[in-house]
Amino acid sequence: MKKLSARRRHPLAAVVVLLLALAATGGLYAFVAPTGKAQAEETAQSLAIDEGKKLYAVGCASCHGTGGQGTSDGPSLVGVGAAAVDFQVGTGRMPAATSQGAQAPKKKVVYTQAEIDQLAAYIASLGAGPNIPTEAEYGPEGADIAKGGELFRTNCAQCHNFTGKGGALTHGKYAPALDDVDPKHIYEAMQTGPQNMPSFPDTILSEQNKKDIIAYLDAVNSDDTENPGGLELGGLGPVSEGLFAWVFGLGALIAVAVWVAARTAKAKKS
Amino acid sequence: MSTTETTESRSRGKAPAGERVADWADGRLGIYGLAKANMRKIFPDHWSFMLGEVCLYSFIIIILTGVYLTLFFHPSMNEVEYHGSYVPLQGQLMSEAFSSTLHISFDVRGGLLIRQIHHWAALVFLAGMFVHMMRVFFTGAFRKPREINWLFGFLLFVLGMFTGFTGYSLPDDLLSGTGVRFMEGAILSVPIVGTYLSFFLFGGEFPGGDFVARFYSVHILLLPGIMLGLVVGHLILVVYHKHTQYAGPGKTNKNVIGMPLMPVYMAKAGGFFFLVFGVIAAISAIATINPIWAMGPYRPDQVSTGAQPDWYMGFSEGLIRVMPGWEINFWGHTLVLGVFIPLMIFPLVLVAIAVYPFIESWVTGDKREHHILDRPRNAPTRTAFGVAWMTWYFVLLIGGGNDLWATHFHLSINAITWFVRIAFFVGPVLAFVITKRICLGLQRRDKDKVLHGRESGIIKRLPHGEFIEVHEPLSQEQLHTLTAHEQYKPAEIGPLVDENGVERKVKGSEKLRVKLSKAYYGEESQIPKPTVEEYKEITSGHGHH
Repeated sequence: MKKLSARRRHPLAAVVVLLLALAATGGLYAFVAPTGKAQAEETAQSLAIDEGKKLYAVGCASCHGTGGQGTSDGPSLVGVGAAAVDFQVGTGRMPAATSQGAQAPKKKVVYTQAEIDQLAAYIASLGAGPNIPTEAEYGPEGADIAKGGELFRTNCAQCHNFTGKGGALTHGKYAPALDDVDPKHIYEAMQTGPQNMPSFPDTILSEQNKKDIIAYLDAVNSDDTENPGGLELGGLGPVSEGLFAWVFGLGALIAVAVWVAARTAKAKKS
Repeated sequence: MSTTETTESRSRGKAPAGERVADWADGRLGIYGLAKANMRKIFPDHWSFMLGEVCLYSFIIIILTGVYLTLFFHPSMNEVEYHGSYVPLQGQLMSEAFSSTLHISFDVRGGLLIRQIHHWAALVFLAGMFVHMMRVFFTGAFRKPREINWLFGFLLFVLGMFTGFTGYSLPDDLLSGTGVRFMEGAILSVPIVGTYLSFFLFGGEFPGGDFVARFYSVHILLLPGIMLGLVVGHLILVVYHKHTQYAGPGKTNKNVIGMPLMPVYMAKAGGFFFLVFGVIAAISAIATINPIWAMGPYRPDQVSTGAQPDWYMGFSEGLIRVMPGWEINFWGHTLVLGVFIPLMIFPLVLVAIAVYPFIESWVTGDKREHHILDRPRNAPTRTAFGVAWMTWYFVLLIGGGNDLWATHFHLSINAITWFVRIAFFVGPVLAFVITKRICLGLQRRDKDKVLHGRESGIIKRLPHGEFIEVHEPLSQEQLHTLTAHEQYKPAEIGPLVDENGVERKVKGSEKLRVKLSKAYYGEESQIPKPTVEEYKEITSGHGHH
């Protein structure tokens, strides 16, 4: 130590310390730095972000602000995550119509899936949020339909009706019908809570729970669902049943009564 | 020769088997007398007289299918795990009532069809009673001597509502459970005794383990038993009073023109029964009703949007949905006016229509029997009242389905609720005024038709160039039909001083009666029907014009 301290005022001491420091950080970098493939992914990712940013500037910035910070016309998108973008844009809810109603309805999708992914990448880069789920997460394998039904009735039916036929909310808002919604979008909706819907993160509804709910909806509310009783009448319960009973039940019976009463045994005219 | 002899001897010796059976029965039951009295009962021909039959037949269908359902239904709230054939519910915990309803729907032969016939027939039964009641109301068939039968019918309608409600609750599914919870809430809102009543009804805290079994005996025994009795009474009175008929040539207050029960109406009514059964069975085979499997078992911690009762209870749902959530808190107690007021209005809506006949007979002071029906236009105040009542009822139905109106017509549910709140008060008044005007307009048109004939649509050009439309005079039958109704004169308060010069005190009720009578039959409320003199003057004079 004495040797070292004796030389500490040597003219080259500063140079040596600098070299050592550089070597240490460089070595540490070489040890920690990602490999070449990752570099390529990163490039692709940053490319997607760049493309997404361009799309965003054209299609979204007028309401959500140039940097996704939000304006009086649209909320901040920092931290909403890729899943929210994939849901909102993938179901056509975004971009919203200029004259907005109570809530943005589902409509024709205006972006391709590739563009949606780019937009999602850009928004995800603004702040951490839920990612787009994979097929393994929302697919039907390993799902418990009955459990999903119970979860649906406990968490979803209040707004979406027993079997996902939708329902009214206040002031013209509504919970949409879930007939034939893409399982990915159902998953994303639960994850991100779009518009008036509360979000159900994994801490509230686990990945398995979400899978069960999706499988239940697929069983009771898709094109392939069997209706053992015949026509479903909208699946809306007693109101549509009552209407049907009045119009087709009593209506038909009155028609029959008119017919029977008209066919009377007339006395022969002599 | 020998053959004729044998037939003769047979006919002389022994009557045919059927006659012998009839003789045997007559000796013990007196059926010949009954048949003689009733087989020739006359039914007038009109489709609106068959609405009651629709109700009777759907009631019979409900009883028949209901018996089948009781063979498989378990009225128990024991918890079981479902392992039947409906996959999306397998492994779920549910009450035995729900599980046995699933069993009926999926595993009993014909079970689902019978269940659907039972339920569709119930909706048609109630709808039929509603329309039948309105027919009786608007034609004034409730007048003396039929007031009691009107009340019997009204009671059948109300009991039908509650029988339907208890039946709807039996499967213990999430929809009906919500309905029962609704009812419990209404009971709880009753001041002081509400909690006790609720605990008494449910055997403790809601939902408890009793209500399905209790509703079951009410649904299959108590209410249908009373209803069956009332139906029999209703029919006996129909026979006893003889049928009413619409005015027409040859039809008087003392006769009934139509076809006899035997054989014409026996065949017609029998055929009509099968037609009713056929229509209901066809509907049940085509359309789902109350798919309890889609709703899932009832759990008090779950609820769904779009939870409504069957249509006949819809107006009570509307009352609750549109009522502001008022409540009063005092001394640690809560008076839930938001529920209690609707609970009080609920019977009021029904009673309003039930008591009307008595109000009308008090106003007219008419003690005579009436067997000739009114055309609704010739009783404008009554018709206007009926339409106002139906408007009231329908407004409440809109309130009961406010969420579906909102989603299907893209409206705000709040706006619908406010519409119903205002229309609850304004709607009936508007309907009353408008209906009365329409009735008076129709009366004027009838008068015109009688005096000037029917517009023929033929335009004639007179020699001096004037165009006129040719009016065809009505036939004698048509003239009779249009002028057969009688018109009341508004009541007057009698002389205030009697013959001895003593001042008479006029009671408040009498003043009210006179006022009402003026409103009913004053100048504003009916168009004087054409008199014979008017008719003669016009027809004998300058001809068509």
